[in-house]
Amino acid sequence: MSLKRRDFLKLSTAAACLGVTSTAHGMEDFKGWPDRYGMLTDTTLCIGANCRRCEEACKKTNKRSLEGLNLSDNSVFDHQRRTDPNSYTVVNRFANREDPENPIYVKKQCMHCNEPACASACLVRAFTKTPEGPVLYNKDVCIGCRYCMLACPFRMPTYDYFDAFSPEVRKCTMCHDRIIEGKIPACADVCPKEAITFGKRSDLILLAREKIRHDPDRYQQHIYGEEEVGGTSWLYLAGTDFTNIGFANNLGSTPYPEFTRGFLSAVPIVLTVWPVMLTGFWKFSKARERQEAGPETDTTVDDEKGWGDGYRHE
Amino acid sequence: MATVMNKDSWVTEKLLLGMSLPDYLRSLLTPFNFIIAAILAVGIPITWIRFTQGIGAISNLSDNNPWGLWIGVDVLSGVALAAGGFTMGTAVYLFGMKKYKPIVRPAILTGFLGYFFVVIGLCYDLGRPWRLPYPMFVSYGVTSVMFLVGWHVATYLTVQFFEFCPALFEWLGWKNWRKWSVRITIGATIFGVILSTLHQSALGALFLMAGAKLHPLWYSPFIPVFFFISAICAGMTMVIFESTLSHRIFGDQVSHADHKRLDDITLGLGQGASALLFTYFCLKWIGVAHDNNWHYLSTEMGNWFLLEVFGFVLAPSLLMFWASRRQSPGMVRVGATWAILGIIFNRVIVSMIALNWDQVDRYIPHWMEFGVTITVITIGVLTFRFIVNRMPILRKHPAYVDDDH
Ligand code: SF4
Ligand code: SF4
Repeated sequence: MSLKRRDFLKLSTAAACLGVTSTAHGMEDFKGWPDRYGMLTDTTLCIGANCRRCEEACKKTNKRSLEGLNLSDNSVFDHQRRTDPNSYTVVNRFANREDPENPIYVKKQCMHCNEPACASACLVRAFTKTPEGPVLYNKDVCIGCRYCMLACPFRMPTYDYFDAFSPEVRKCTMCHDRIIEGKIPACADVCPKEAITFGKRSDLILLAREKIRHDPDRYQQHIYGEEEVGGTSWLYLAGTDFTNIGFANNLGSTPYPEFTRGFLSAVPIVLTVWPVMLTGFWKFSKARERQEAGPETDTTVDDEKGWGDGYRHE
Repeated sequence: MATVMNKDSWVTEKLLLGMSLPDYLRSLLTPFNFIIAAILAVGIPITWIRFTQGIGAISNLSDNNPWGLWIGVDVLSGVALAAGGFTMGTAVYLFGMKKYKPIVRPAILTGFLGYFFVVIGLCYDLGRPWRLPYPMFVSYGVTSVMFLVGWHVATYLTVQFFEFCPALFEWLGWKNWRKWSVRITIGATIFGVILSTLHQSALGALFLMAGAKLHPLWYSPFIPVFFFISAICAGMTMVIFESTLSHRIFGDQVSHADHKRLDDITLGLGQGASALLFTYFCLKWIGVAHDNNWHYLSTEMGNWFLLEVFGFVLAPSLLMFWASRRQSPGMVRVGATWAILGIIFNRVIVSMIALNWDQVDRYIPHWMEFGVTITVITIGVLTFRFIVNRMPILRKHPAYVDDDH
């Protein structure tokens, strides 16, 4: 009997070890850093055509190939483009309902979420929300499962599908290295229209509110990224409804890590309740068998042999 | 000299099924093996391209559609269909349903190989498969459901290997090892059930992160439960399917009495699977009601949903119910196969059809992706055959005929 109990304990300890890994998540919250930086893109200022200097600056600073990049080729706007392993940011054109003469240009890139879905999804913790604000990727641990890409609500991460030996997830870094050096991100630096502003996120929100208040006809009463998915470091202002310019309006304001929290907190419950319950089932069915077999044929060998040996009956 | 002789006879007896090498090779020239050779003749070059030129060279996976056929079929369906091992282990060892004893070993073997080849399939999909152990040893993403899946699949694979050990040791003739491996059966079974409960549902929970991408009819807070329940259905029906095939193909290994017994087992399993599928059917509707998603039913995606729940959940459930009442194992088998297809269909819908349903850039697998899937399954079947032909899986080992393990 005592042996059985001990073996049972062994099993629960092993189970608990597997569980600890999943219970620790509660401490992993990205509650945000008060002084973190952000970016504010004012889509009413971006001129897009014949510009795309941010795309160029981005490629240069991230050492991406400049091949095929022709800034005066406006045919690229004929299709919606997305980020790819060679382009961490792209500018797209959208029809302007209010003012058809002046299409709207929207630069997109990783939003650097406050509580990033990618970071919470990654099974090797390849992503970090830095105290400065940017969400950074560590290629040295990534196994390439691409769950981060599935999780990202903005579909921003991209992957080196044509690299067999050292493929990486690639996305905007908000020029973290430049920020550390005291410089501002390359795109914000180069934009001739000052459509991209770098600053403390809290200041940017005040600035955006101020802009809206100052010119309510020019802007929608909405700062995209202030609340979406729990807030993002990158913020947007627009003169038209955000759904007209490619922004999803169904993301909600719940940070993405919340969605799996309930499931993960059920894990320890299963790990503690199941062993007890299953052992109970086993005992019960054994007792029943014994009863059926009658007391004479009862071979209770397992009592000496310990937990786990149940098999002496037909 | 004597040792050399021994070695020779060991190879002959254990590996070559008692034939000399030329005889053995000649025995391999069957039509079935030609088909297999043809599949491998395509699959091996594809594998070469994959590991020299990258995932993109053989697939339509993209930045918009990072997951495709390999995740939907090889991984999600593979793991669900491999649930037979834990389902039957639970029934026999924990619930004492001794009637199902004869099929426990093949079920455990199917489960073990199923998981093993899920991992092999995953190696095609992972960008850097050689880093597979990283979540275990290098960097811990404890907030990730994927982390849980990784750990549990790895642990469970080990547990299943232990569960498979008695057969292995009987084959090798290692008596003491076998004794030891039989002793841990109950522990391994319980541990296996815990791990299975968690990772089967975790595979569903992965999609909790895809809130805005997965169609509301499939995105549900209950998705972990859906995956778990349907995995048990998949496990049971897969046992029906696999045992039927095994008894046809390896008929010479089982006695006549066993065939009769199999019919009986099939009817029992059919009844159970039918009830569970029906529960699953009801749960799916509770899911719709919970999120008040009724209005989606009249849309195009609603048609997919109705097709799935009526055509591939309710219909096989009713068929198996009817067949087991009519005592018709044949029809139970039809129903089981249908249900298996239904569960694969569900995983494919969740990971490919209902995912990104509102996007312009939709994913359709490249033919070489199918090539990989078929190759992996083929190698799995070959391994199964290799083992069944050699180890006491379907038959009993002569030395342990009376032993009840
Ligand atoms: S936008 Fe996507 S990639 Fe960027 S931080 Fe958010 S979840 Fe991660
Ligand atoms: S692809 Fe890499 S970074 Fe993304 S979730 Fe997988 S391991 Fe993490």
